[in-house]
Amino acid sequence: MQRHAGQQIGIVVNGEAIVTSARTLAELVAEQGFTETGVATAVNGDFVPRQARGEVPLTPDARVEIVAPRQGG
Amino acid sequence: MNAIEPRLGSVRPLMLYGVDVPSRLLLGTARYPSPQVMSDAVKASGAGVLTVSVRREAARANTGARFFELIKALGVRIMPNTAGCRTPREAVTTARMARELFETDWIKLEVIGNDDTLQPDLFGLVEAAAALTHDGFKVFPYTTEDLVAAERLLAAGCEVLMPWGAPIGTGRGLANPYALKSLRQYFPAVPLIIDAGIGAPSHAAAAMELGFDAVLLNTAVAAAADPVRMARAFAAAVEAGRSAYEAGLMETRDMAAPSTPVAGTPFFELERR
Repeated sequence: MQRHAGQQIGIVVNGEAIVTSARTLAELVAEQGFTETGVATAVNGDFVPRQARGEVPLTPDARVEIVAPRQGG
Repeated sequence: MNAIEPRLGSVRPLMLYGVDVPSRLLLGTARYPSPQVMSDAVKASGAGVLTVSVRREAARANTGARFFELIKALGVRIMPNTAGCRTPREAVTTARMARELFETDWIKLEVIGNDDTLQPDLFGLVEAAAALTHDGFKVFPYTTEDLVAAERLLAAGCEVLMPWGAPIGTGRGLANPYALKSLRQYFPAVPLIIDAGIGAPSHAAAAMELGFDAVLLNTAVAAAADPVRMARAFAAAVEAGRSAYEAGLMETRDMAAPSTPVAGTPFFELERR
């Protein structure tokens, strides 16, 4: 789906509904203030490798996960 | 089992997926009172592997990077987990995200089936293990004492198994040592790591005395009054238990057998029997 620059859509990021004008996952990561290498991403349940983020378009109601290293047992 | 086959000769190190791991204590990084305490406890424990996780990061936050720097500085091999995953799909996607972030193909695979016990969903676990092995991961499945699940996990490509001692965070130790003994006997050549439910160093020692290859614990150290001191205690317990296993534990019996020689007992008279 081709969007004009600046046109916003509603998506879900980390469980929270937001609006964004980012057209790709890469743009979203940047828009949300994350570093490219500091996070990992998934869209609609599927992992998206870092180098592929620029090719993954964001569509309305897309569910995006942006995760970072954390403590764990 | 120990008495029948005394472990003589050179001590072999722990080998997991072809890697020599310098300690049989694996440690989690969660629930410590502070990053400094966590760091000090890790050092005191001499742990060979640290477990970590991936979690949602808040926009413009830097929490993940700070934690990652701290962990990397410890110089211990890192193993991410798939904690919180309920389905194979969640576990596979989480594992892939973790692999990219932590730059390792080692994964502690958790597919959880119950919110109260946090016990593994064995069906989902086997499915996820197969998918992840196929994708090149070295899978460390968090499982139960179920022998059939163990066989399925090995068939799915796992080369290590991590059966629970008791539910995560309960500190109850080895809830079913009989089943764990069976597991050890059924898979003598598979590295077996007791993971979850350990509360005291005596539990860790008991696991090692049964012949388990390593133990993985977190809460037992992190929630101790003095985590750094407790980490040291656990390191000693794992060492003691492993040495005991390799030294060949004595046979147990039901009735007493005197240790002091009977011959020459003073005041001994046959009629007194």
